[in-house]
Amino acid sequence: MKRLQITPWQAFFVLIAAMALLVLAVDASGNGYFQTFTALMLIQVMLAVSLTMTNGFTGMFSLGHPAFMTIGAYVAILFTYPVGRKGFAMPALPETVAQIHLSLPIAALVGGLTAALLGWLIGRLVVHLQTHYLAVATLGLIIVVQTFALNLDGFTRGGRGITGVPREATLALIGFFTVLVIVLCWRIKHASVGRAMLAVRENEMAARCFGIKAIRLKVIAFVLGAGIAGFCGALLPHVVSVMSPKSFGLILAFNLVAIIVVGGQGSIIGAIFSAVLITFGSESLRQVEEATGVYGMTQVIVAVALIAFLLVRPKGLFGLKEPFVRTS
Amino acid sequence: MSDYLIQQIVNGLSLGSLYALVAIGFSLIYGVIRLVNFAHGDLLMIGAFMTFGLVASDVVPWAAIPLLVLAGGFAAGGLIERIAFRSISGAPMITGFIVTLSASIAIQNLALIFLGSQPRNFNFPEVFRMRLPLGGADVALIDLVIPVVTLLCALGLTAFIRKTRVGIAIRAVAENPFAAQLMGISIGRLVFLVFGLGGALAALAGLFWAGKYGQINPLMGFLPGLKAFLATIIGGVGSLPGAIVGGYILGFSEIAFVGFLPPEYSGYRDAFVFGLLILILLVRPQGLFGEAEQERA
Repeated sequence: MKRLQITPWQAFFVLIAAMALLVLAVDASGNGYFQTFTALMLIQVMLAVSLTMTNGFTGMFSLGHPAFMTIGAYVAILFTYPVGRKGFAMPALPETVAQIHLSLPIAALVGGLTAALLGWLIGRLVVHLQTHYLAVATLGLIIVVQTFALNLDGFTRGGRGITGVPREATLALIGFFTVLVIVLCWRIKHASVGRAMLAVRENEMAARCFGIKAIRLKVIAFVLGAGIAGFCGALLPHVVSVMSPKSFGLILAFNLVAIIVVGGQGSIIGAIFSAVLITFGSESLRQVEEATGVYGMTQVIVAVALIAFLLVRPKGLFGLKEPFVRTS
Repeated sequence: MSDYLIQQIVNGLSLGSLYALVAIGFSLIYGVIRLVNFAHGDLLMIGAFMTFGLVASDVVPWAAIPLLVLAGGFAAGGLIERIAFRSISGAPMITGFIVTLSASIAIQNLALIFLGSQPRNFNFPEVFRMRLPLGGADVALIDLVIPVVTLLCALGLTAFIRKTRVGIAIRAVAENPFAAQLMGISIGRLVFLVFGLGGALAALAGLFWAGKYGQINPLMGFLPGLKAFLATIIGGVGSLPGAIVGGYILGFSEIAFVGFLPPEYSGYRDAFVFGLLILILLVRPQGLFGEAEQERA
């Protein structure tokens, strides 16, 4: 039986068409809940794809995405928050910065770059660590960033959180960037740099014997992941209009790991599928949770399901493979 | 010595003891199966809630509560091993890691469901809340009880590991699991035992934590768990004395950070601790006392 396979170019057009259709249909529906849900789902897709690059391609185990998201979010808000209200919300902000107002895409880019810069500073140090240690170090990074966000209340309003963030993240904008992130990660995976990353994942020492600069590749993957995470973090508060130091924490890190494990660590299409699947799943469970008042049930089910899933398919849905698309 | 200094030393001792109790479990488990058990910190929460339940039910005599908590912690630790861990034995390390992380999330949220998210107040009986004068300082009795009990536990455990047949078996597995199996050691049972022992000590730490801070909630175990893991790293993962010393080093530095810097910095306590974690991992990933592992092809 010949399996259904299309070329990457065809897949690219399918992706664009599907995204355009989704964005247009959801926008046209005029249903606010549905629009917000779709926006969050697309951001989740971007996060999952970028994490599957950082962790899946190189075999690292970083939990640090929420830390970079928090940084990206706060930096972007500095520039998109209404100028007139900055003095009240962020009194510690220097006057020169307070006068600057940027549109969301540019502010989010600034946030993403800041996160990438931090990712570079941290990443070039922590990528030397082995699995457990890298995971714990990046988990520690989340707590460090959260603690700073909580205490630098002249910029962040601390635990009270920033409300009234302008809802500038339109669905079209998010859809556009989602396609961009997917294409970027796809191109990386199938370029020489990506193949080298995959070689590092399979056997670091053997890869190094072939002259592959493993550490440099890991840093690249880490920094790119951090940048995209920062960018997504910057978009998120502009969807839901609030931001607090605890917005992105351990639970999010865990959910992202769950998504890429289910998708198959290293599979981009797998990450997209499973991000959509798990976002839908947890949202429906959340509805049940709210109806029954049993808060916490969603996370229990996701966690237990993940363990069960790992028993049945330790390599995830697709492993490293990209289903439906011819890659060689 | 000023009374403030004495007060801080006692605080450091008691906090360090709590970290040490949890860190011992991390180290034991890592020694045997080379895995960081993420759900370990949550056993502290389970211990705290067991204590809370036992005290509230008011049927058991006071002296029996620590023993029951120890037994309960042993059962909980063993249960985690049986349910989450046994099934994936032989899987790659990353799988084991994700499973313990999932277990931790599941335990926290189950606790949220069944115990509620509201923090509960908790008090030991009058006797333990007594305050003693010590060199001019006014020290809570519990802060002295904690280090003494920790020391006893550490000594007992060390003797157990050094002298008994089972302890020797644990060390043999840590040294070389394959050869240990050839000698007729059943690794499965030892892993259960080690999870149980670690769980018992973490639950005991939970009992003390509840008594010391007077408040418990379902998510209370996570941060102390992570910090105890840091203590384990400081001492060199897999080494028991290292875990204990690491616990005290961490406890004292945390107290010193809060106690001797201007108060506006104390909010950064956790940032300091985890900054320290990242720093230590970078400079000496094998810990202060551990030996570097050779990378082999």
